Amino acid sequence: MNFSKPKFKEKYFNFINGKFVPPIGGEYFENTSPIDNSLIAKYPRSQKEDVELALDAANDAKEAWGNTSATERATLLNKVADIIEANLEEFALVETCDNGKPIRETLNADIPLAIDHWRYFAACIRSEEGSATELDQHTLSMNIKEPLGVIGQIIPWNFPLLMLSWKLPPALVTGNCVVLKPAEQTPSTATLLMEKIADVFPPGVINIIHGFGTEAGKPLASSSRVDKVAFTGETTTGQLIMQYASKNLNPVTMELGGKSPNIFFNSVMDQDDAYLDKAIEGAVLFAFNQGEVCTCPSRLLIQEDIYDAFIERVITRTKAIIQDSPYDPNTMVGAQASNDQYEKIKSYFKIGIDEGAKVLTGGEANKLKGDLANGFYIKPTILEGHNKMRVFQEEIFGPVVCVTKFKDEAEAIEIANDTLYGLGAGVWTRDAHQLYQIPRAIKAGRVWVNCYHAYPAHAPFGGYKKSGFGRENHVMMLNYYRQTKNMLISYDKNKLGFF
Amino acid sequence: MEKIDITEAAAKIVNQLKTQHGDLIFHQSGGCCDGSSPMLFPKGELYLDESDILLGTIEGVNFYMNKDQFEYWKHTHLTVDITEGRGSSFSLEIPLGLRFIIHSRLLTQ
Repeated sequence: MNFSKPKFKEKYFNFINGKFVPPIGGEYFENTSPIDNSLIAKYPRSQKEDVELALDAANDAKEAWGNTSATERATLLNKVADIIEANLEEFALVETCDNGKPIRETLNADIPLAIDHWRYFAACIRSEEGSATELDQHTLSMNIKEPLGVIGQIIPWNFPLLMLSWKLPPALVTGNCVVLKPAEQTPSTATLLMEKIADVFPPGVINIIHGFGTEAGKPLASSSRVDKVAFTGETTTGQLIMQYASKNLNPVTMELGGKSPNIFFNSVMDQDDAYLDKAIEGAVLFAFNQGEVCTCPSRLLIQEDIYDAFIERVITRTKAIIQDSPYDPNTMVGAQASNDQYEKIKSYFKIGIDEGAKVLTGGEANKLKGDLANGFYIKPTILEGHNKMRVFQEEIFGPVVCVTKFKDEAEAIEIANDTLYGLGAGVWTRDAHQLYQIPRAIKAGRVWVNCYHAYPAHAPFGGYKKSGFGRENHVMMLNYYRQTKNMLISYDKNKLGFF
Repeated sequence: MEKIDITEAAAKIVNQLKTQHGDLIFHQSGGCCDGSSPMLFPKGELYLDESDILLGTIEGVNFYMNKDQFEYWKHTHLTVDITEGRGSSFSLEIPLGLRFIIHSRLLTQ
């Protein structure tokens, strides 16, 4: 079945204090679909005063929400999951239209995973217990977890509903109220979600503000009325947000960029079997989501004695990728999210070739027919070169992989770690020793071993080095949104004897 | 040797934003969604120190890059250009529906 562009209203509003409200200044921006550069709808171009309204609502709601029971909060999270699930196809279609990713991915990955994150955090809070320790015969130390209060969240455009579902559920389930700003390229599924769940939470618990970083993001990130800021994005904005947070002595979590190595040792080619087939797919996963993933396996490292044979099969598999209308369920790679991304990727082709990289396949835009000719399509590309080239060091955020060879384990580790970033990495081998030792030697927060691009809610995710700090997903996430209240209780009737 | 240049179209936008926001600086961002792009901020907005390299001045605006990143970029000449698009970050041109981008070429010395 083929899908087509969904219907939208002419314009949408912010969601503040349980209601959809127009921006105070009355200004809107036009949101377009990267599939064909057509208009989707107008969204609020919010300013500081809109953010202040949302912060009023969140601050007014935080005490009551913070005092609700874990049972009650978990029930509401489960309700959200059920609502998204009941409307899965609608969410998938809107996401595809707004972001340009294939419907195959939104139906089978983005939206189902988003649903699971709401359920996972609902389960976490129900099964968790605090701690109490009898320090001595008369003294009990009790640790009680308390919400931080109001959280500001700024999310990216590459997995709009999924990134929202990484950030909102753990903040809400721990008793916080949230003001969230979706990326201005992809405001649609956040708005659709609020339409569907408008009455689920008490007013003020979730507030969604649309607009630009400098006009709406900054007043949110720098406000003294938020207790924490969680950000996913790039390094300079990350640094700015930390600066703002330092003025308020607020905690932050940062999920920033990456340039992840995907390493293939010679044993992968010991046999021509299902595992080798899986490994080749693992190398081609650089094209997943148009390469618009912070953990895109964008540096392909292949052991030299299998290099020719292995890369040949990777090239063949890459050439077999179907790039067409994202509404077509057979399409594997869709459109880049915006024109500036599209232009940036093309400028990287130029500098890569200038520096001596060889184009093994792709290396140019893909001009599709009809309305799609106005969209932003880049052919899945393999560039061969060495790790000091800029294309090996900078995040291109497109369906582009840079391939090089290595001699032995030591050189593989050296190349893998020769990067400013440390978000993801992949290790592929049939050797039982390498399976453990190589991942341990790589300085990255997530190392996939004989797999790649899996993001289960139950596994912590985050960066080393300039890829940020703090973790997302996993039960440990709860404590990123809480304070620890320690109650130190004396059961001793006798005085200290000091005074 | 000059390491940084700017196109006429980009210069026009820089000057327009200067009138609106006063003195400005460029900072080249690292990776992720909207990274690997130059960010234009009001002067004083971003804390700069010796870990930021000054590459040059374009239209009276200093262009900085983090020292670690500069190590990989130092053999290339950069031209700041502008394109239509909807980048998301705190860069000042974004509300105009425009985004600064970098064109690079090898420095020939």
